[in-house]
Amino acid sequence: MTPTTSPRPPGRRGARDGTVPWLYLAPALVVLGALLAYPVYQLGLISLFRYTQAQVSGGQPTVFRGLGNYADVFGDDQFWRVLLATVVFAAACVVSTLAVGCALAVLLTRVRAVPRLTLMLAALGAWATPAVTGSTVWLFLFDPDFGPVNRILGLGDHSWTYGRYSAFLLVLLEVVWCSFPFVMVTVYAGIRAVPTEVLEAASLDGASQWRIWRSVLAPMLRPILTVVTIQSVIWDFKVFTQIYVMTGGGGIAGQNLVLNVYAYQQAFASSQYGLGSAIGVVMLVLLLAVTLVYLRLLRRQGEEL
Amino acid sequence: MNLPRGLPARPWRLAAEACALLTAAVVAFPLYWMVLGAFRPAGEIESGEPRPWTLAPSLDSFRRVFGQQEFGRYFLNSLVVAGVVVIASGLIAFLAATAVTRFRFRFRTTLLIMFLVAQTVPVEALTIPLFFLMRDFGQLNTLGSLILPHIAFSLPFAIWMLRGFVKAVPEALEEAAYLDGASRTRFLWQILFPLVLPGLVATSVFSFISAWNDFLFAKSFIISDTSQSTLPMALLVFFKPDDPDWGGVMAGSTLMTIPVLVFFVLVQRRLVSGLGGAVKD
Repeated sequence: MTPTTSPRPPGRRGARDGTVPWLYLAPALVVLGALLAYPVYQLGLISLFRYTQAQVSGGQPTVFRGLGNYADVFGDDQFWRVLLATVVFAAACVVSTLAVGCALAVLLTRVRAVPRLTLMLAALGAWATPAVTGSTVWLFLFDPDFGPVNRILGLGDHSWTYGRYSAFLLVLLEVVWCSFPFVMVTVYAGIRAVPTEVLEAASLDGASQWRIWRSVLAPMLRPILTVVTIQSVIWDFKVFTQIYVMTGGGGIAGQNLVLNVYAYQQAFASSQYGLGSAIGVVMLVLLLAVTLVYLRLLRRQGEEL
Repeated sequence: MNLPRGLPARPWRLAAEACALLTAAVVAFPLYWMVLGAFRPAGEIESGEPRPWTLAPSLDSFRRVFGQQEFGRYFLNSLVVAGVVVIASGLIAFLAATAVTRFRFRFRTTLLIMFLVAQTVPVEALTIPLFFLMRDFGQLNTLGSLILPHIAFSLPFAIWMLRGFVKAVPEALEEAAYLDGASRTRFLWQILFPLVLPGLVATSVFSFISAWNDFLFAKSFIISDTSQSTLPMALLVFFKPDDPDWGGVMAGSTLMTIPVLVFFVLVQRRLVSGLGGAVKD
């Protein structure tokens, strides 16, 4: 919950305060300006030009195409297929991650120290695993010839990466495995932070367990849940490494492409830098829209930044 | 847990605990399998009879990893990249977080919102303009091309999370320091910095991870000079989709996972409180 003590920096220094914060901010602003804001601007710029290998090597002049790249992107059936796949895949990842993370966070509050620490440690291990190694390990687990999963399930040499949906499912499992710990830890910290008196009062008033959950805890946890949801949306929409490694760059005939990988393939594999940038811009706009919704939600809850 | 409802009744609690332990086992299994795969002797993985233990652990896979490639060098490269990113972004984020929590000034809220928005920028989409930027500054094929973008990309989240830690230092302390005649700089580095340091370390896990795990930039910017390669790329040498050397991949994966795991376990407690603070405000 929002603490009532808002930051009230010392106001004594009045006039001198004017430049000091900007001095402190200067390094951050320079770095962010040069390596984040400027590239974003460049991305938008490149997306308006015909920019292929010929232009990169200087063999041909760059040609301004206006919105031509966007017309090409939107006119391509594959783009819409990839966009749909990205949205559905990200949604599935977000829902599964939140469900698993929240359920386990509640479970953590119901058990004694040893099982709690064990689960916490296992989750930290999954969280710490780099995306590349996580991907290779999960592929190994589900390997048709040498993996234990097919053996246990008796699937013979069924290949998980061959079919479109089973490949997406495999990536989803890996993504959930490495991202639920963030949700679990955060929500658990949130539940622990609910003041004991509030819960005591509720239970003294005769509220049932379920009632306490619904009417006391849930509203108090809402800000946390909002943050966790939006963070998950942002992360899962941008999944790159897992798809790239696990499906070998987007699956058979690009069946497992998501926007991020698609943009990369267009730019670096096909040297269509202009097209790739246009896809990048589309992604950026979509994520900005999500962020704006997020900010509005925070505002409505009266959170102070 | 000192909630008034207390722990649930005994049979339920035992069920919950069994459930927690079972989940922990499932969650930890991939990591166990990875380490196991790394230590299995050569023929065992290919035997097609995956047993969940090995009777003759061997270091062959590790030897292959270190032998076939300059793996040690890549490991060092990765450490350099992650180390520089952690230190640089930590210091820069500390200054910025101090500015936005300890001062009130115009555009403060706007800046905060921009830091938040900056977190949503899909790093991968910026690979294209960054590639040209790095080329123009002659940074392609150098570790700098990996370090610079990662400093930038880890800053917004680091600032966001550090705010909570800076805010937690009582203002009375600041007043007292000034009354005792400390200058702003002195307060900043000799009083505030040591107090925020534990939080800074917890926050740095995230910049460490993003730099350590980086796969895309390494793949795109380190094109011809393989001596500047980092671990993720080296790992994929063993991973040929049609015929992967699973022993080598698992040994490499194990080596790559260990530093992050150690870091995580060390800062675990701070991390939990820090995340709680960062998202709850």
